[in-house]
Amino acid sequence: MVKKRIVINEEYCMGCRVCEVYCVTQHSASKNILKAYKGEYPRPASAIVFEQKGHISFALQCRNCEEPPCVEACLTGAMYLDEEKGYVLHNRDKCVGCWMCIMVCPFGVIKPDLENKVVASKCDLCIEAEYPACVAHCPNEAIKLVEIDG
Amino acid sequence: MDKIRYLIIGNSVAAVNCVEAIRGYDTTNDITIVSDEEPFNYSRPLLSYYLGGRITQERLPFVNRDFYEKHRVNLILGKRAERLDVSKKEVLLTDSTLLSCDRCLISVGGVPIVPPIEGFHDNIEGIFTFLKLKETKNLIDYIKRETIKDVVVLGGGLIGLKVVEGLVERGIKPTVIELMDRILANTFDKEASSIIEERLSQGGCKVIKEDTIQGIETKGGKISSIFLRSGKELTTSLLIIAVGVRPNLELVKGTPIRVDRGILVDRFMRTNIEDVYAAGDCAQGIDFLSKTNAVIAIWPVAARQGRTAGLNMSGITTEYPGLFAMNSVQIIDIPTISFGITNPPEEEGYEVLKRQDKTKGAYKKIVLKDSRVVGIILLNCIERAGVYGMLIREEIDVQDFKDQLLGDDFGLLVLPKDFRKHLVEGRGIVV
Ligand SMILES: Cc1cc2nc3c(=O)[nH]c(=O)nc-3n(C[C@H](O)[C@H](O)[C@H](O)COP(=O)(O)OP(=O)(O)OC[C@H]3O[C@@H](n4cnc5c(N)ncnc54)[C@H](O)[C@@H]3O)c2cc1C
Ligand code: SF4
Ligand code: SF4
Repeated sequence: MVKKRIVINEEYCMGCRVCEVYCVTQHSASKNILKAYKGEYPRPASAIVFEQKGHISFALQCRNCEEPPCVEACLTGAMYLDEEKGYVLHNRDKCVGCWMCIMVCPFGVIKPDLENKVVASKCDLCIEAEYPACVAHCPNEAIKLVEIDG
Repeated sequence: MDKIRYLIIGNSVAAVNCVEAIRGYDTTNDITIVSDEEPFNYSRPLLSYYLGGRITQERLPFVNRDFYEKHRVNLILGKRAERLDVSKKEVLLTDSTLLSCDRCLISVGGVPIVPPIEGFHDNIEGIFTFLKLKETKNLIDYIKRETIKDVVVLGGGLIGLKVVEGLVERGIKPTVIELMDRILANTFDKEASSIIEERLSQGGCKVIKEDTIQGIETKGGKISSIFLRSGKELTTSLLIIAVGVRPNLELVKGTPIRVDRGILVDRFMRTNIEDVYAAGDCAQGIDFLSKTNAVIAIWPVAARQGRTAGLNMSGITTEYPGLFAMNSVQIIDIPTISFGITNPPEEEGYEVLKRQDKTKGAYKKIVLKDSRVVGIILLNCIERAGVYGMLIREEIDVQDFKDQLLGDDFGLLVLPKDFRKHLVEGRGIVV
């Protein structure tokens, strides 16, 4: 099976954080950049963890681990492996905010919504769109989509 | 190949992972699961959320209803495995059914620890342990039916605090009685414990430490008060015994299966008896940190051990890497995550880094040994917790970036570049 994966390259990242803006937009109700940022409450959290120090920066999202520890540790089945696509996805309706997934994700890319006790964001490779928003909008190809044989 | 009959005793997370692993390689042979509980499936840790009213009963299962059918499992519910004959590979059930098998997984979990209490017997109303769905339901019914005042939770460990979490969500403010000089003594250090104790008392709960229940008094068959070792007396209408669990060894008692605290297993989840495996809360497997066999009664360990057992049972030789103790508990509004050795003995060469941020109410502690991270406590700053866990598992030498471990911006950036690149590479991808 051919699986899609997001690959990042820190040498190409310019630290513009455009990826985060488009991630939020894609996961907003309106999918409109202005509306998402001005009118929507609650605004979705971006599924990207952006790290920067000095001139090094990168935008990290879920690596879609081969044997995802977050799925193994999830107490509810909310975090699951979509067999068809080979992605790890999150079902908000099942989640209880126990943070087991956050405890075991080696990349620290799952964000909690502490107030509502539910995972706030976890990259879904923009399954609803044709192409992941961060990949589509990165001006310098620091985030790319590749296909691998799974 | 001859037909293999797999038998799994207990139907929880180790069992489910075992089934998934077997079915990944063996789609034809028979799998039978026996459970003494009635529900087709439920997640034990969700019981405290159920108690708290955060979720309804429909949300308790962690697999879909068709899981067992899809994986072609013959699921026998509501029947106990009473006797295990390892030489004949036979299991006798409560209703006298005899099941034979070729390979067997024992995943019977734990039993609640109940300390000796004077005057205690099973028929007193208002006393509960907290491990099974049925008793949680009875507990909820009891709370709804009776006028509940002055609830006591015995045990200030993980399960005790999970119970407290549930009760608080219900608007009940219990008194916690803990034998040690602080709560969560096994997973936290003094500072972390005292932050949590303070939060509990701000939230209206009481914590009584270095004390335990010695006796109880009843009125009309119901609990009415308890006597503590210190001589104190507390009136109470509900007592929840949540001291902890110990491995359930009932089924293996009298068999040649070797036990220590739990059922001893090697790195392939095999007991000393051929074709008999064990996994989860009943098993004592390798602990990644101490490199000795230990019972680590947590969900991810049960899952991984169950999976490893299933792979080996279906002929795919796989070693259990050994996990370590870790947990995530929320106390009132403080999320906490801890890993490994959090309260190291003085001397013995441990190094401790810690930082408390009073304005954010955050506390972070890192325990190092030989420049490797071996323990972590995170209070109110859990966001990148898993990265610390990864440092423990990968045994990364942190000497060169030790000063950055406590920072708010801790993340992959502090890692050596080569290692970071190696880490983010997907399989078959070069960054
Ligand atoms: C209230 C509570 C909260 C918890 N919270 C967390 C948490 O947040 N995170 C975490 O990691 N862990 C948590 N745990 C621990 C976690 O639930 C266990 O580690 C996990 O359930 C162990 O799974 P297991 O497969 O070993 O079997 P168990 O879940 O222990 O189930 C064993 C099953 O076997 C059945 N059985 C026993 N004997 C027989 C027999 N002779 N015949 C047939 N069936 C039998 C039992 O009835 C039971 O259904 C919590 C536990 C409790 C009680
Ligand atoms: S969320 Fe983390 S653990 Fe889960 S698949 Fe993604 S990177 Fe792996
Ligand atoms: S927080 Fe949600 S997704 Fe994460 S482990 Fe808990 S239930 Fe599963």
